Amino acid sequence: MQGLSGLLLVLFVWAHMFFESSILLGKDAMLWVTHMFEGVHVFGEPYPQLVSAAALVVFLLLALHAGLALRRLPARAREYRAIHTHLRSIHHADTTVWYVQVVTGFALFFLASAHLIQVMLQPDAIGPYASSDRIWSGRFWILYALLLITVHVHAGAGFYRLVMKWGPLTAANAAALRRRTRTLAIFIVGFFLLLGGASLATYMKIGYEHRALVGERYVPGSHADLNGGE
Amino acid sequence: MKPTPMQTIPLKQSRTLRIEILRHNPADPDSHPHLQVFEIEEAETMTLFIALTEIRQTQDASLQFDFVCRAGICGSCGMLINGRPGLACRTLTRELPDTIRLAPLPGFELIGDLSVNTGKWMRGMSERLETWVHRENIEAIDIDAVEQRMAPELAEQLYELERCIECGCCIAACGTAQMHEDFVGAAGLNQIARFRLDPRDTRSDADYYELVGDESGVFGCMTLLGCEDYCPKNLPLAVQLAFLRRKMARQGL
Repeated sequence: MQGLSGLLLVLFVWAHMFFESSILLGKDAMLWVTHMFEGVHVFGEPYPQLVSAAALVVFLLLALHAGLALRRLPARAREYRAIHTHLRSIHHADTTVWYVQVVTGFALFFLASAHLIQVMLQPDAIGPYASSDRIWSGRFWILYALLLITVHVHAGAGFYRLVMKWGPLTAANAAALRRRTRTLAIFIVGFFLLLGGASLATYMKIGYEHRALVGERYVPGSHADLNGGE
Repeated sequence: MKPTPMQTIPLKQSRTLRIEILRHNPADPDSHPHLQVFEIEEAETMTLFIALTEIRQTQDASLQFDFVCRAGICGSCGMLINGRPGLACRTLTRELPDTIRLAPLPGFELIGDLSVNTGKWMRGMSERLETWVHRENIEAIDIDAVEQRMAPELAEQLYELERCIECGCCIAACGTAQMHEDFVGAAGLNQIARFRLDPRDTRSDADYYELVGDESGVFGCMTLLGCEDYCPKNLPLAVQLAFLRRKMARQGL
């Protein structure tokens, strides 16, 4: 169950990255994606409640995943001492990767919750200007930068560990599969950090340029003077 | 006298090894754990077994460590070598730095210095997981009859898993086993995989699920893969664990 909830969260986060990075294709592309999640393309008008509902589902999944993961953590002083002595002694890559997941997971419990609660409470505050204003003028870039790094390290490590846990290992392919999965996981983490970093920088830039008009929503074709004629 | 050509060839400088050994005798109330340093001259193809034997013979006769076969078969000489589990008899000193720190395997009862009671742990695990062939109606078997034949491929597979020497390295390398004393570890789960394969054992997956289908069994494993990486016999432990996990998860559904 922990693995399954983790897998769903990983797939969600990776898909999320592609949607939020639509800003790299321009404000109109991001607005189209925003409208898609608000049901505009289906109902003809926006229903931001849909975004809240989706965030709630992810939040519940996160709570389940965190609850299940807690069982794995050292609970007693003896266990805590034992695992730290072990980590310091063995310097073993996969054990260290697990520990990185423990630390990032703990951080994500707060960072991801903060992000999801914001989305749940302000589902209509997503858009080319609304998001950028929040990120720059609302200083949410601090949260998002921390979240970006921790979530991708956690998800990439989780992906590798899930494959090793359940994967189609055979005596003949085990070593090669492990090597390839590790390489793939590192590549995926790097890719999403670049994609997410570029998106965040773009939102920050738009937010900075739009700082005088915080609260104004993006209307396609307007404010050619502010957005460089796009 | 002029040196002969042979005498002019420089001999390889041999190292002086600094061997730090964690010493403690739990039977002695005055003993407290401490590191004792020994220095010995390294020899060609010296293993830690040779080094420790030399220390015991020439420097400190009270040093406790276990050896039987000195060939990686008996599983007695597992210890932490610079923090990592391994067999002393299969570890060449030339693969190690000048300073070598040795400690007993964690997770087992300490007998003294580098000697731990892996046998007690393995016996407990074996009794708990019932690692012997279970056969229904055993009284009805005609022991004079020729044994049932086994396909060579299956015999090979069984033999591959049977190679475990119960040295305890997988338990010492496992963060889960270090945290949770009741976790059966790769040594235990490998045994279940072995008897599951054996056609002479009539137990079903439901029976195995009763034994390892919980947090102290296969679902307690966190896939840290220390067992896979430090097994001195290179058993395919990651493969067996993933396989057993899939089978037991299916059984549990």
